[in-house]
Amino acid sequence: MTVESNTRHATTARPNSEAIAFLVMVLVLVVAPAFVYPVSLMKALCFALFACAFNLLIGYAGLLSFGHALFFGWGAYLAAHLAKVGTLSLPYWAPDWAGGWAGGWHWFVIALPPLPPELAILGGTLFAALLGLAVGTLAIRRQGIYFAMTTLALAQMMYFFAVQAPFTHGEDGIQAVPRGMLFGFIDLRDQTAMYAVTLTIFLASFLMIHRIINSPFGEVLKAIRENEPRAISLGYHTQRYKLVAFVLSAMFAGLAGSTKAIVFQLASLTDVDWPMSGEVILMTLVGGLGTLFGPVVGAFFVVTIENYLTQIGQWVFVVQGAIFVICVLLFRRGIVGEVAQRMQIRL
Amino acid sequence: MFDFLGISPQALFGQLLIGLINGSFYALLSLGLAVIFGMLNIINFAHGAQYMLGAFAAYFLLNYAGLGYWWALVIVPIAVGFTGIVIERLFLQWLYKLDHLYGLLLTFGLALVIEGVFRNFFGSTGLPYTVPPSLQGGQNLGFMFLPNYRAWVVVLSFTVCLATWFMIERTKLGSYLRAATENPTLVRAFGINVPRMITLTYGFGVGLAGLAGVMAAPIYNVSPQMGAHFIIVVFAVVVIGGMGSIMGAIVTGFGLGIVEGLTRVFFPEASNTVIFIIMAIVLLVRPAGLFGKRA
Repeated sequence: MTVESNTRHATTARPNSEAIAFLVMVLVLVVAPAFVYPVSLMKALCFALFACAFNLLIGYAGLLSFGHALFFGWGAYLAAHLAKVGTLSLPYWAPDWAGGWAGGWHWFVIALPPLPPELAILGGTLFAALLGLAVGTLAIRRQGIYFAMTTLALAQMMYFFAVQAPFTHGEDGIQAVPRGMLFGFIDLRDQTAMYAVTLTIFLASFLMIHRIINSPFGEVLKAIRENEPRAISLGYHTQRYKLVAFVLSAMFAGLAGSTKAIVFQLASLTDVDWPMSGEVILMTLVGGLGTLFGPVVGAFFVVTIENYLTQIGQWVFVVQGAIFVICVLLFRRGIVGEVAQRMQIRL
Repeated sequence: MFDFLGISPQALFGQLLIGLINGSFYALLSLGLAVIFGMLNIINFAHGAQYMLGAFAAYFLLNYAGLGYWWALVIVPIAVGFTGIVIERLFLQWLYKLDHLYGLLLTFGLALVIEGVFRNFFGSTGLPYTVPPSLQGGQNLGFMFLPNYRAWVVVLSFTVCLATWFMIERTKLGSYLRAATENPTLVRAFGINVPRMITLTYGFGVGLAGLAGVMAAPIYNVSPQMGAHFIIVVFAVVVIGGMGSIMGAIVTGFGLGIVEGLTRVFFPEASNTVIFIIMAIVLLVRPAGLFGKRA
């Protein structure tokens, strides 16, 4: 894999540039609700986390997943369902013991009350990680272009399940999800509290992803990205590393989706369909593949553009497509990658 | 004889025919993808959009130029292929030295632009395109009714697939192509204009998508999103078959269409997902794909 790596170009890094940028980002995000409509900010934060999760895979392991909407959308569905209904009904097939091959579908019911938001989000996140384990196990068996097509196809399969499963309510989605009381005493119906919680989730995940990237595990991922046969010859089980990276990425994508479901009180088919997978790729590409802050900048950029473009309807897709083409042809480092390159720092 | 498991022969053969029709399009489209990937090392995400473009071009020819289906069958593949050549010269030629992924991302962007533009002008509802008079009606085969047009689509698609296979595997031009796929530098040293061959190959693959679009116009409605979901299924077909072999793409395309048709009879809930499930199983059992040479 030789995805144009941004980190490689900035070896003469001053070590504190990332720390300064992080403090600036925190400051901006804390002050921002005073100037910008908080719901737009929360939307951008959820997508920023989604893009960071995606970037963990493409930017550091060199794996292009074209199906990340799967984890975002199903995380959102499960969190919304847990917060609104609770009870889980799992279908399974069993033979009728009367004999022969005849059988039928049955429901395995786990009776649960509607869960508080923290458990709903936890449930959505863990479910996404589980899906990541299943999809990742299949997808990492192929490399490069086939990996992208496999993830896209599996995501489409799960999209059709979402269309058919009764609990998702098809075209309507799961609506009017209660925000509830976080830990029993923080009322999330209050916009400021909701913003604070979303920001906390985002910042904590951002730091965790930063930690992962800079751990020995992250170094091995980068080695796989640069030259997989060499990593294998050095004795690393690259498949295992790629799978763990995939599961982590799916987990954070699920966390982003679950948070989004609680913030907007909605989980719908839009979240699992392929244009969502395209959107997260666009955000990461615009911001800068393989940069720490790129996905965040890219998510805010794309969300802002879409807010301005809502009046022109379908042209949004044309604009998105055009940005893809321009980025790939002229601007492969992305916004943050370009800035980091110019200033010879690491971002 | 045909009445087993309580399924009427009409339903069984009707769905088999639909499966065969879908398979025709899977074969044509995955063939185009395989040819393009062989030469350009790019997965053409815009393939679905170009298929849609072919259907719309046939619609325009009929309604604005008064040229019917048979004219469209000749003109549209050339016209759509020409747009492919323009795209290759304008955009794709700059990507050959980069990672494969950029080609995928760029063609994905192009697909968004093309489909977005058409959706703006034509909305989401489909436009009708009538079956040409000479192919209307059908044959009663006793156990089922076979519409002439559907039979024609299967035969034409099969013929085009075989002709393409013959051209690539059995002619001198095809041997140049295969050689250039293996080692472009060496083939250039023999005085063959490889860059032009690459351009024409992309045009040819895109032209195949345009042809599929014309053939699809009387069967499915002509609509801006007719290609978007279709191309994802074709991707799964390509993962199952592997892109190493032309014949592999054809066999997998037709075969999966038939399997999908049968699923619609016996287990209709899974008809949308069966190809993806097969893909998952193939990845577990034979990661390189049914006809793939290596992982």
